[in-house]
Amino acid sequence: MDEKFIKQISLFAENKPGRLANIASSFKEASVNIRAFTIAEAGDFGIIRMVVDKPEKAHRVLHDAGFTVSETDVLGIQMEDVPGQLATIAEVLGKKGANIDYAYAFVTKTEKAFLIIRVNDLKTAVETLYEEGIPLLDMSDVQSI
Amino acid sequence: MTKWLLCDNMIEYWNPQIERMPLDELEQIQEERLRHLVDYVYTHSPFYKKRFDEAGVKPEDIKTLEDLQKLPFTYKQDLRDNYPKGMFCVPDTQLVRYHVSSGTTGKPTVVGYTKSDIHEWAKSLGRALTSIGVGRGDVLQVSYGYGLFTGGLGLHYGAEEVGSTVLPISVGNTDKQLELMQDLGTTTLACTPSYFLYMAEEAKDKGIDFQKDTGLKTGIFGAEPWTEEMRKRMEDATGIKAYDVFGTSELSGPLFTECTCQDGIHIWGDQFIVEIIDPETGDTLPEGERGELVITTLTKEALPLIRYRIGDYTILNKQPCECGRTHPRIMRVTGRVDDMLIIRGINVFPGQVESVLMKMPEVGEHFMIHVDRINEMDTMKIQIEMNDEAFSDKVNDIISLEKKVASALKSVLNLSVGVELVEQGTIPRSIGKSKKVIDNRKL
Ligand SMILES: [Zn+2]
Repeated sequence: MDEKFIKQISLFAENKPGRLANIASSFKEASVNIRAFTIAEAGDFGIIRMVVDKPEKAHRVLHDAGFTVSETDVLGIQMEDVPGQLATIAEVLGKKGANIDYAYAFVTKTEKAFLIIRVNDLKTAVETLYEEGIPLLDMSDVQSI
Repeated sequence: MTKWLLCDNMIEYWNPQIERMPLDELEQIQEERLRHLVDYVYTHSPFYKKRFDEAGVKPEDIKTLEDLQKLPFTYKQDLRDNYPKGMFCVPDTQLVRYHVSSGTTGKPTVVGYTKSDIHEWAKSLGRALTSIGVGRGDVLQVSYGYGLFTGGLGLHYGAEEVGSTVLPISVGNTDKQLELMQDLGTTTLACTPSYFLYMAEEAKDKGIDFQKDTGLKTGIFGAEPWTEEMRKRMEDATGIKAYDVFGTSELSGPLFTECTCQDGIHIWGDQFIVEIIDPETGDTLPEGERGELVITTLTKEALPLIRYRIGDYTILNKQPCECGRTHPRIMRVTGRVDDMLIIRGINVFPGQVESVLMKMPEVGEHFMIHVDRINEMDTMKIQIEMNDEAFSDKVNDIISLEKKVASALKSVLNLSVGVELVEQGTIPRSIGKSKKVIDNRKL
């Protein structure tokens, strides 16, 4: 089952200029590529979440650069119509008691749309989405996007 | 001097006759020495003669320990005003050493020592080191500054007095500290608690495990205030026993430590008299009440101090200690009279903030208090470093952690404070005294 989990890298960042450039240059040096990226802002701080092709390496590089960083299992879904499908997914998961903590979408160079969701119950979510015929991405898909 | 091993309870004493002496006998010694002291300072120091005369008190008025309260206080400012040697009671030819502490305000203070003063100092620490099980066969790494500061040389002489091997490395150069600690088998480390925390962080980064890779078992931490929670954190993280050390340069330097009971610091009664007073009124407070520490030196020759206002807040405990020592104890110092912040009329000590944060494993030990005045209103904001293990990537988790810390602080301080979690490594680390407060109020 956990081959369907995607390792997301999250980091705690104060809203200070230069932090993003810092991350970008750390990744460039380590040849880590960002596939999806979002910032959740809240007043004085923000949480940067991203899906990368080499999560272990990215984690190490950021930790060594002094960031507070964690790894979270999330799910990735390829979509045709993002707003519509997000509502459907939230509904089917909600019925089984799996709630979405947050979601963010991104579009690849090949103009395919993907959705990343974090849920409170991964196992139920994976089973439910499988039953509904909604295919999930895995890490090898992320690497080849 | 020999070291005694009492077989009944296997507790070692440096000088069991003195250390276990019944309190009333000890107080008799104090009384005799006090009578001698007031005579001595009155006849040897124009400063004290003038002070006593102004207060209308003569040496012959001081007969009992209670009469001590008739004597005027001595302040740090007196040492500054009489810079450099106006309060000394001996001619320069009797002096064997100077220590000088740089004041952040005004003139520095100079302390002179006779040969006997140096020996009394070493004796005091010798008893203290024995009381935490440090003696012959121990390697004591002295990571306090050497030189004009009393920390390094103080511990150095105390350790030699009990026959320990001293590694006089002084402060800084953490790589070397960790290397020699391993190569020379350091068993005991003396430094500031903030430097030890820094050292522990560096060791962790280098993959050095204090328990497996070093022989370190005892830490002697002082020169800046620290808390019970910090002790637990340091002991849990490194497997050592952490002891508080106390003293100030005006009294000689570091003089006393806790004993293995870790329940207060024994102040050797044959050398010093302790009082706790109300800092506002100057009245002596009953045993057990928190107030300002005042110390009278009984055996110092060059610079004896009468009722010296130390400026630390603490509690006096005269109950016999489980270690068998009868000498009075002072409880952990909770703050400095001059560190106290007054925020919207409420007294706040940085130590209180620290002790709240130490009880919360979700946050790191590094914090900074920012005080400001916005629209005529005092505000207090505390920045705390985010802890790696506690980091959740959900915004609400972080906001609720900030709220949790704020409400824990409010319940202790009776004051609403802002809490802001910040990135690791952004609060400045200091090797000497940690500066925990930035006060931006323009008064
Ligand atoms: Zn004791």
